[in-house]
Amino acid sequence: MKESLFKIITNKALTGSVYEMNLQGDTSEITGPGQFVNVRIPGFYLRRPISVAFVQNDILTLTYKTVGKGTMEMSGFREEEELDLLTGLGNGYDLSRAGEHPILLGGGVGVPPLLYLAKKLREKKLPIDVVLGFNTASEVFYRKEFELLGCRTEVTTADGSYGTKGFVTDAALFRENHSYFYTCGPLPMLKAVYEKSASDGEFSFEERMGCGFGACMGCSVKVKGGCKRICKDGPVLRKEEILWEN
Amino acid sequence: MGELNFADKARMNGETVERDRLAVELCGIPLENPVIPASGTFGYGAEFAELYDINILGTFSFKGTTLEPRYGNPVPRIAECTAGMINAVGLQNPGISHVIAEELPRMKAYFHKPVMANVSGFSLEEYAETCRLLGKEEQVGWLEVNISCPNVHGGGMSFGTDPSAAAEVVRTVRKVTDKPVIVKLTPNVTDIVSIARACEEAGADGISLINTLLGMRIDLKTRKPVIKNVMGGFSGPAVFPVALRMVYQVSHAVSIPVVGMGGVSSAEDVLEMMMAGASAIEVGSQNLVDPFACKKIIEALPETMDRFGIRRLSELSAL
Repeated sequence: MKESLFKIITNKALTGSVYEMNLQGDTSEITGPGQFVNVRIPGFYLRRPISVAFVQNDILTLTYKTVGKGTMEMSGFREEEELDLLTGLGNGYDLSRAGEHPILLGGGVGVPPLLYLAKKLREKKLPIDVVLGFNTASEVFYRKEFELLGCRTEVTTADGSYGTKGFVTDAALFRENHSYFYTCGPLPMLKAVYEKSASDGEFSFEERMGCGFGACMGCSVKVKGGCKRICKDGPVLRKEEILWEN
Repeated sequence: MGELNFADKARMNGETVERDRLAVELCGIPLENPVIPASGTFGYGAEFAELYDINILGTFSFKGTTLEPRYGNPVPRIAECTAGMINAVGLQNPGISHVIAEELPRMKAYFHKPVMANVSGFSLEEYAETCRLLGKEEQVGWLEVNISCPNVHGGGMSFGTDPSAAAEVVRTVRKVTDKPVIVKLTPNVTDIVSIARACEEAGADGISLINTLLGMRIDLKTRKPVIKNVMGGFSGPAVFPVALRMVYQVSHAVSIPVVGMGGVSSAEDVLEMMMAGASAIEVGSQNLVDPFACKKIIEALPETMDRFGIRRLSELSAL
């Protein structure tokens, strides 16, 4: 973990409520996809945990949804402004478990961390299938980015206004055989993937956090055989350890 | 000469004040400085020891420990507030056996000073056993007895809100250990002074305060409390004036040392707390938003003291 200042290069809307911010700074602590950073927003007490959407050299991409006052404030930040970030937080996805042909399943603002994951898996020359789920056509983002990485990509929308009608588990790609899955999205989606998936896989969870680095136990949840801190022992948990009773 | 700070003036007079300017004493144990990370915001120190040498701290108060392991409350346990936060962790901890068998030996590798052991209990018997076991541990300098956690129904709250119940805990713990016993008080009472006095009369060696203030938030979208447990402990800079007031009241009413905490976030806050009568201070929530908070406060103390003409912290006494 490291605390350092990042300079905002761009901060633009991808959809009505999802923004993509590119920042320049010391990315050395970010060791893999599925990790997050904790952003200090002036005027707010707690930091905001935001997943890493992409890293290239010293450029970090954060793709976030404006869900409350803090992220709303964040969407107003201009180029050249500096942000205080804690980087290198969370365990991230385990790439060694991908097998021959993994599938990535993202829902809504759970899509961004899968982009960096797709890049890292493509570097291993693996064929990747991707399903991106959204509520409606106007909320769709990053399809092209996954396709440019060479991923076979299918989009689902709950109202059928774009791509396959339904949820990520209704996608044609989801029914094919895969060696492993990686997923991130809202809780109902994660549960559906858990119940309907044929293969093993891992899930990235979201939780309200105090510190983001394992000190306060604010985001601790029960897992099989004990507890895990979503911020430090997660946010990625393996299928076999998950309990849904939390 | 007006430009010289106190350290410079002292040097010109041939005095050496630099080394122990920050030194204080807590219940007979010397502290290199009065800065103590508060229980529940610092774990057992390991996460912070990865970031900086935590031996620069006066000491730290480790995660509140109970006799049995506790899972704590369901999530969400955290809610943000203006200049603060609410937590309802619910005393999650691995239990005394694990702490003694695993955490304390591990701690030896990165912390070489006496540590403050924070204990909680749900019965007098539990307090007695936990304090007896931790009191025997060589690394433990002080026992900080939490009689004030607001998160556990029917638990710590009832002891800390009644002078005779608080005194009973102190008498019970007093019998099982020779280590200094510091009683950590809840601010959620009508008369903090009567409780502090009862603890002193029962044999407490020190008082620490304040624990968190009971609070809650409601999510406008769901119309439900943000915290799953509905209520939780409010802390952060917003509570500092309340904490300072209580430290002032208590330190003027008892003759045992008082450890001041509640929203302390800067070197200025440390000085203010000590001027109110605290012998040492604890830093809580600020560790969560800035993992380097205690280090920054310790480093800022000498120049902040210079600005206010304070030669040594030990010279600060009640107003």
